[in-house]
Amino acid sequence: MMRLPPFRYHAPRTAAEVATLLAGEGPEAMIVAGGTDLYPNMKRRHQMPKTLISLRHVDELRGVQMNGAVRLGANETLRALEWHGALKERLPALWTAVQSISTPLLRNMGTIGGNICLDTRCNYYNQNWEWRRAIDFCMKCEGTVCWTAPSSSICWAVNSSDSVPVFIALGATFTLVSHEGERTIPALAMFGEDGIEYLTKRKDEVLTHIDIPDQGTARSVYRKVRRRGAFDFPVAAVAARVALDGDRVADSTLVLNAVGPKPVVCEEAMAYLAGKPLSDEVVTEAARLAGRGAKPLDNTDHLSMWRKKVVQVETRRALEALRP
Amino acid sequence: MRNSDEPLSPERQGLRDQLAEGYQMIGKSPIKVDAMAKVTGQTMFADDLSMPRMLHCKILRSHVAYARILSIDTSAAEALPGVIAVLTGAAMPIPFGILPVSQDEHALCLDRVRFVGDPVVAVAAVDEETAFEAIQRIHVEYEKLEPVFDPTTAIENKQEPLHDYGDDGNVHKRVSMEFGEVEEAFAAADLVLEDTMFFEGNTHLPMEQHASLAWREADGRLTIQSSTQTPHYLHKAMSKVLEMPPSRVRVIACPNGGGFGGKSDPFNHEIVVAKLALMTNRPVKIALTREEVFYCHRGRHPVLMHVKTGFRKDGSMTGMHFQSLLDGGGYGSYGVASTYYTGALQTVTYKVPAYRFDGVRCFTNKPPCGPKRGHGTPQPRFALEVQLDKAAVALGLDPADLRLRTLHPAGGITANWLQVGSMGLGPCIEKVVEASGWKDKWGKLPAGKGVGLACSSYISGAGLPIYWNAMPHSGVTVQLDRGGGVAVFCGETDIGQGSDTVLAMVVAEVLGVDLADIRLTVADTHTTPVDLGSYSSRVTVMMGHAAFQAAERAREVVARSVAKRLEVPAVRLRFAENRVFDVQDPENGMPFPKAVQVAEAEHGTIAMAGSYTPPASPGKYRGAGVGPSPAYSYSAAVVQVDVDLETGVVAVEKIWVAHDVGQSINEMLVIGQVEGGVYMGLGEALMEEMSYRSNRFGVHKIPSMLEYKSPTTHEMPPVETFLIESPDPNGPFGAKEVGQGPLLPMMPAVANAVFDAVGVRVDEVPVTPDKVLKAMQAKDKRYGPKSFPDLRITETMRVKTLEQGGDGTAPRPPRAEKQEVKSS
Amino acid sequence: MKPATEPDSPARSKVQMILRVNGESHDVAFVPHKTLLEVLREDMRLTGTKHGCELGECGTCTILVDGVPRLSCLMLGLESDGHDIRTIEGMAGACGAHPLQTAFAELGAAQCGYCTPGFLLAAEAVLARDPTPSRATLVEELGGNLCRCTGYLKIYEAIELAAARMQKGTPDA
Ligand SMILES: Cc1cc2nc3c(=O)[nH]c(=O)nc-3n(C[C@H](O)[C@H](O)[C@H](O)COP(=O)(O)OP(=O)(O)OC[C@H]3O[C@@H](n4cnc5c(N)ncnc54)[C@H](O)[C@@H]3O)c2cc1C
Ligand code: SF4
Ligand code: FES
Ligand code: FES
Repeated sequence: MMRLPPFRYHAPRTAAEVATLLAGEGPEAMIVAGGTDLYPNMKRRHQMPKTLISLRHVDELRGVQMNGAVRLGANETLRALEWHGALKERLPALWTAVQSISTPLLRNMGTIGGNICLDTRCNYYNQNWEWRRAIDFCMKCEGTVCWTAPSSSICWAVNSSDSVPVFIALGATFTLVSHEGERTIPALAMFGEDGIEYLTKRKDEVLTHIDIPDQGTARSVYRKVRRRGAFDFPVAAVAARVALDGDRVADSTLVLNAVGPKPVVCEEAMAYLAGKPLSDEVVTEAARLAGRGAKPLDNTDHLSMWRKKVVQVETRRALEALRP
Repeated sequence: MRNSDEPLSPERQGLRDQLAEGYQMIGKSPIKVDAMAKVTGQTMFADDLSMPRMLHCKILRSHVAYARILSIDTSAAEALPGVIAVLTGAAMPIPFGILPVSQDEHALCLDRVRFVGDPVVAVAAVDEETAFEAIQRIHVEYEKLEPVFDPTTAIENKQEPLHDYGDDGNVHKRVSMEFGEVEEAFAAADLVLEDTMFFEGNTHLPMEQHASLAWREADGRLTIQSSTQTPHYLHKAMSKVLEMPPSRVRVIACPNGGGFGGKSDPFNHEIVVAKLALMTNRPVKIALTREEVFYCHRGRHPVLMHVKTGFRKDGSMTGMHFQSLLDGGGYGSYGVASTYYTGALQTVTYKVPAYRFDGVRCFTNKPPCGPKRGHGTPQPRFALEVQLDKAAVALGLDPADLRLRTLHPAGGITANWLQVGSMGLGPCIEKVVEASGWKDKWGKLPAGKGVGLACSSYISGAGLPIYWNAMPHSGVTVQLDRGGGVAVFCGETDIGQGSDTVLAMVVAEVLGVDLADIRLTVADTHTTPVDLGSYSSRVTVMMGHAAFQAAERAREVVARSVAKRLEVPAVRLRFAENRVFDVQDPENGMPFPKAVQVAEAEHGTIAMAGSYTPPASPGKYRGAGVGPSPAYSYSAAVVQVDVDLETGVVAVEKIWVAHDVGQSINEMLVIGQVEGGVYMGLGEALMEEMSYRSNRFGVHKIPSMLEYKSPTTHEMPPVETFLIESPDPNGPFGAKEVGQGPLLPMMPAVANAVFDAVGVRVDEVPVTPDKVLKAMQAKDKRYGPKSFPDLRITETMRVKTLEQGGDGTAPRPPRAEKQEVKSS
Repeated sequence: MKPATEPDSPARSKVQMILRVNGESHDVAFVPHKTLLEVLREDMRLTGTKHGCELGECGTCTILVDGVPRLSCLMLGLESDGHDIRTIEGMAGACGAHPLQTAFAELGAAQCGYCTPGFLLAAEAVLARDPTPSRATLVEELGGNLCRCTGYLKIYEAIELAAARMQKGTPDA
């Protein structure tokens, strides 16, 4: 049986208490929400917090508020979002992403905040301690070399969150609270450049909520590539948002994920799309440009060359789905 | 029933007559005898067991692929509070292994480790956490040796051999045999196809992780309860390694939470907990982690194959030369048998007049391969069925027609001297062709959609036991009690396939009692007669015969007494609905318990044994032991796919499968086995594969349930199942196997369907999206291995076929000398 | 190796808790880092809850928490505080098996039976939300439970049979 290492456990009632505890406990403390990412990591001994601060009693971090904009409590379960009829209608891309996360059982437990703060993944890393010992560990945990890219100075572990690219595409912001106060950052600013420093969120900050602006007439889609219809993390994913002016693109955001340590905003493709109709030719070219930003390496399921090809196909399909 | 050479008494004739009038139980679908325990959580699997004072065991495994062990320092582990015992290989120097010819494993490695995961040191501690911490404090010093990870390198013998036995260097086994004149057959053919194909290894992935609990009884005996499919073989291995007489070792197989062949070797961890229990005089349990289950493995061998076949214009074959190169992993396991199996059953589906087989199995520094559902036959079946599809296209024939034209005749003997009995492949093909609308679909669906057909056959039990002996393969005891209860004892092991239910149903059919009146004691070497185990699809046929015989003998005794009491001829007695009565005057009878009492008063306690030994096979040459079976099952399947033209993703939309089972004992269980086999086959066809990182010391790349891809509900398409029932003279009530056969057509049917959908050949399993895409982009519209190494065959055994007037033996001199004679 | 907490660390002393399991309150003591799976199986001897990976990758350990199926391997014993836990042992009532259990048995939906407790509890939750689930719903909602034996088809049939019987109010055949 895979077992957890020992830890101290706190379950405070307010976000402020969480922030105070985090400040007091120092960097060896971690927040646990649903535990569906953290507990497996702890069982495999690649995250070993001495203290866990659970959000399960922090009611203020729950709930979905909708007017023009949408606010999601960070500690809302994925399942609650999935079953929120109005949310599904208003933000179908987000719904698709949330609904594609792992399995219904896991979505009953996992939270949206946890999904945003998900540890990056790599199949040299997401293994038991004994296994990692057999490969001499790697840079992300206990080792010195990146086995995915041995000459690399950074870690290429993959941001594998389904919701993150959608939040970026929708222009969402994240609000972080620490004992020093509160700050709100654009979704993209949350993510670091490297699979080790994958979040810009400080260790003493708790993500309290996500704000998604009114989408106006813009529409969005999310497409995920994975081996099986359940369980599997994305090995390539695209979130696309397009606002049309007549049949032409007024504004768009294209975000790729699961093809590198950080979600990729496809600026070049977005610039290319501006003012153009979503013709076959245009979507194909935009997808090609977008695909350039994808740098999948051989550290997930499926071959990296295949993922690189398929991310273009899926980007094109996403844009096609957004035609008037 | 066959297998009974005793003359038919009137009592027995009465049973025959009764069965001829119709079955009460056979072919129906009563609820499984263990079903309620399973749905209420009461079934105790091995890890559910615990005992007072029980210790927990953890094993330190090698983290290097190939090395000499220089020293082991366990002092820090021993010093940890809560650690009760630390065990190294030195304490168990006697080797073991499932096959007598491959006794190459040690419970803990002695001097060398051969793959990442090989067991080195074991710890028993008060709890699992402490044991886990203890093994991490053990220091093992290794001297690394150069590992080898693939058989094409291993066959060249440049590394230090893994073992000091085998055919040469890292070649564990090399076989070559020819039946008839293959070269002449090719010369006579209108079309000769040569294909090189690869079948990647995959594993069983039972949901239950192996677990074992062992303890020393107060009287000094040893007992182990374990998730094993083969308690009898474990019994032999334990007694050998622990140097205890078998009579003092008791092995109880727990219900297995899935096995599929993955729990049919005696395992190091089983011997380790037994040794620790003896050392500490406390119960010791081990429960493997999922990662460790991947190291146990014994799954499907990766096999590189080369198949050359001659066809006539009508699609019939003139001859075949099949070559296979097996990647065996670190140990022998069933590998010698697996090697032969890659060449054995090509001949039982279609007529192959001349046949040559060359096979080589190499050792590599990876977890050992062994028997997985279909043992050694899915790989060649894939190659053969895909090649037939190619032949049909080349000859302008419909693949279904081609197969129907070349079927092996029922009752015939194959080129390699296998005795075919009943043969329902024709009806199987016809069924799936009709149900799937094949004629309107094959070659006619829009781009991206396609259908593929493939067939298979499998043995209903191996004709020979794993170790040479002349004793029965299965034994059953039936004991009747005065209350009307029937106690049945048999060494068989239920691994989910429902063998307990089959056992009870056979006895119930003969004695006319309710299933609820039957009590089973199974899989316990202390109390039950030997049944060799749940492997090779042998249980229904062999245990079924033994159970029939035991029940028939008990019935005979009862019938004799009741006939006297009722004053009717015994031949007229019927046993049904818990009564024994006169068929001509059903009112004249008595309840079954009363009948038992009458008989017990006359004869004393009624306990009868039955047993079964398979018929001898006509093949007498060396190697003829692998392939023969009392009966062969047949299956055919049509798979319909939708291939994404841009990504190569293959979605299976629907499957039609027909299986010739001879006669269902329990129809529901038979269909369950078909559906389960289809599921597992689809996983192999599309996504399951063992893969290793040769860049990082040969670690298993994906040792987890998330990364090793087992199909979820989303990947499982609707399946229409048809059973073909043409009773086989060698099966109990005519029954043949169903546990393995229906898996086999899936892989080739998927590959053939992909060809129909997008016009490309993926000559490799699994058929993954990247391979489909690569094939679509390739000039030759194919993805697959390009070359096949020289197997370095120096001597081929030549056996005349029946048509050539052979007698099943291999006449001397062997080929090499014969050629000399020719040239001189 | 990563330093594990020393054996005498305060993180290793047991906590005492009342767990509500299958409608009964149990006083249980266990170390805080034990998952509910371990507490149920090891401290309460409720071994009906199985495990196949302990990492959230198979669904075998499914239990109901306030009627919602969850993975007991990814939740602490501590975290079940104040919740109603239901395991397979609590599925059959005094008056007999749950219609799902009967249907699973009758249709051969349990082969080796190892995945069965998880499937049954997941299925119970599905029927609570949707008494007449479509095949598509079953595929989606049972997507988190792996079975290596059945190919899922008999499991669907059994749930559909149970659903039909529950609609009619007839618990079994
Ligand atoms: C088998 C399996 C399959 C999976 N498949 C997918 C998938 O397909 N797609 C996908 O996106 N994910 C997947 N996941 C990952 C994970 O389960 C989900 O992302 C889930 O949403 C994580 O949420 P949680 O609440 O359980 O996070 P936790 O495990 O509780 O936390 C995850 C991380 O976030 C931090 N954290 C959590 N909440 C906060 C907060 N409010 N403020 C600051 N930090 C916080 C934690 O400290 C931790 O580092 C899978 C996991 C498993 C085990
Ligand atoms: S990308 Fe490199 S450093 Fe990062 S986890 Fe994988 S192997 Fe380790
Ligand atoms: S044991 Fe596999 S999901 Fe919990
Ligand atoms: S019945 Fe065996 S795993 Fe499902």
